[in-house]
Amino acid sequence: MTDQPLYLDHAATTPLLAAAREAMAQGFERWANPSSPHAAGRAARAALEDARADLKAALGWTGEVIFTSGASEALALAIARSTVPLAAISAVEHDAVLRHGGTAARLSVDSGGCVDPARAALPGLVAVQQVNSETGVIQPLAEIAEAVRRAGGVLLADCAQGAGKLALPDADLIALSAHKFGGPVGVGALLVRDWRLMDPGGGQERGYRGGTENLPGVLAMVAALQAGNAWLALAAQLRRGLDAAVLAAGGEVIAAGSQRLATIAGYRLPGRSAAAQLIRLDAQGIAVSAGSACSSGSLRPSHVLTAMGLPADAAGEVIRVSIGRETTAAQIERFVSAWAAMIPDRASA
Amino acid sequence: MIYLDYQATTPLAPQAREAMLPWLSGPERPEFANPHSPHKFGRAAAAAIEVAREQVAALLPPGGRVVFTSGATEALNLAIIGSGRKRLAVSAIEHAAVLDTARYVDPGLTVLPVDADGLVSERCAIPDGTGLVAVMQVNNEIGTIQPVAQLAEQARRAGALFLCDAVQGAGKLDPPIGADLVAISAHKLHGPKGIGALWVRDGVLLSPILHGGGQEGGLRSGTLSPALCAGFGAAAALAHARMEEDAEHATSLWHTARAALPGFILNGSAAHRWPGNLNLRLAGLDVARLMSDLRDIAFSAGSACASGSGRPSHVLQALGLTDLDARNSLRLGFGRYTTHAELVGAARTIAAAAARQD
Repeated sequence: MTDQPLYLDHAATTPLLAAAREAMAQGFERWANPSSPHAAGRAARAALEDARADLKAALGWTGEVIFTSGASEALALAIARSTVPLAAISAVEHDAVLRHGGTAARLSVDSGGCVDPARAALPGLVAVQQVNSETGVIQPLAEIAEAVRRAGGVLLADCAQGAGKLALPDADLIALSAHKFGGPVGVGALLVRDWRLMDPGGGQERGYRGGTENLPGVLAMVAALQAGNAWLALAAQLRRGLDAAVLAAGGEVIAAGSQRLATIAGYRLPGRSAAAQLIRLDAQGIAVSAGSACSSGSLRPSHVLTAMGLPADAAGEVIRVSIGRETTAAQIERFVSAWAAMIPDRASA
Repeated sequence: MIYLDYQATTPLAPQAREAMLPWLSGPERPEFANPHSPHKFGRAAAAAIEVAREQVAALLPPGGRVVFTSGATEALNLAIIGSGRKRLAVSAIEHAAVLDTARYVDPGLTVLPVDADGLVSERCAIPDGTGLVAVMQVNNEIGTIQPVAQLAEQARRAGALFLCDAVQGAGKLDPPIGADLVAISAHKLHGPKGIGALWVRDGVLLSPILHGGGQEGGLRSGTLSPALCAGFGAAAALAHARMEEDAEHATSLWHTARAALPGFILNGSAAHRWPGNLNLRLAGLDVARLMSDLRDIAFSAGSACASGSGRPSHVLQALGLTDLDARNSLRLGFGRYTTHAELVGAARTIAAAAARQD
């Protein structure tokens, strides 16, 4: 048994890409305040605006961009400043949306974790994520967007897990976070199709956000996006093998029949709690998680899995394995053998 | 380029940059991990954040906790909105991050005036029923140090919370005594941009404004950056260790600059000030022209945030200066990494360019 670190928790955060680190280092040299009117400030401003244009080009986005401290802030900003009130959120949103949900309607999901587009046809702000952070399930956002628009509503998509991997959905407001795609923690963006969708507030970012801009973070985020995602083909191949190995060992793949992002999967090991699995794997230097990083310290069952109809005890046996750019077939093999060794029959044998 | 805009932002300390690098790792080392993940890589990152929290706490009063935010603007928003207080009193010279947020909460707020020296009176009247009083420690435009200990006491007697924007004072002065809430920003004390903190006195209850994963004891959701925290922590530790030395250097620079700019009139108190701020006016001076003539010197015509707007400074107006006086004013900000030679050179260049405007 090796103690080499094995990181399979890329949905929690990703290693910083070398190109992003490079861009960040350059940003540290350009420390003037982008709001200062002198030459140094204007140079920082120009770099910020170039980065904004580059981000739009990398994402294929033609609307506006508000740089934020991350997806949590972007989502809070969208919900607080949307010109239409929040009407509905999906039942499987991240806590960053869920906790702002208030009395908004909950859009239930089927056993595959998907929202029924017809139910999203509401005239207010409707929040549906692009990719679920625990199961990797991809929501049918094209159909949902069409339904929301037909009803005169506005679609907010939390794309923290999908951005940089999938094409942006056809949403009106989009939140993203750099550290989920190889950029640094502490920077993200809210994409806004049209300023008329938002009430202004704050002295920076075209009057829609206050606070000195984190230029090194922004430059690094853009560099990470520009690094591309050709590696996803290999990830998909690794994941097919991982799914097959889990099934063969007697495990269960969560939402196996749904369209899922190639990098995130939920696996259930019947008879072994997620907490016990995590402790065993952690002792071997293998980092995975139960649910999202933020909630995995808690013992409450995942709201995502229970919304899909899993009983609480079954939901408590599910771990999340998320692979990344540097994940290798040998690492997947090592994980599978460590994981399969915990299957109760084998463990007691 | 000679950088004389230390109130807008400060050069990143080499020590702060060094402290960040280990936490900006790629896949070769697990230091990039999410500090909220329960596995050992996450726990190591979380431990680094707690070390940084201690380092930052050393700049703040005892008896409270440090909540990391994306910067002072967010910290001030969290303090003002999160306090739930609806009737507010703020000084006339607060930064826009306080003024705009306070007006959003209480359009009828009380404005505490300043005298011609830019100081809030220690005995200013706080109306009955005021829920929160906000007065900054050091003004960002004119550098005046406010009597925050006395004002905090006034607020306490009125039954109000006292919020202190200590962005310009943190790491330079002792922490504001008696405050209930203190906001600070890393990049104003040679740390990185994108991180700040709100200090919350024990027993003061706040509601979060950013909901989500429940980080920072539920008060501020969002993944924390171990790199930014470590950079902030290192910058705070350095400022703490060098506090006396930095203050002596700034004082010495201040005398140098004053001597090199004869004829300029000081805006704000000469006695109650942070010496790294020199806000000056000269009758008839066209500051916009001066800035475009002197592209190699980075200085400001007001606070960086407002100076792009063209609107006259609300701070200089509050001192009783006319719009014309305000437009004749410039701000030089200097500190730890400014040399006497740089400052003298810049001051002479400014004086000569001003003389050419006649």
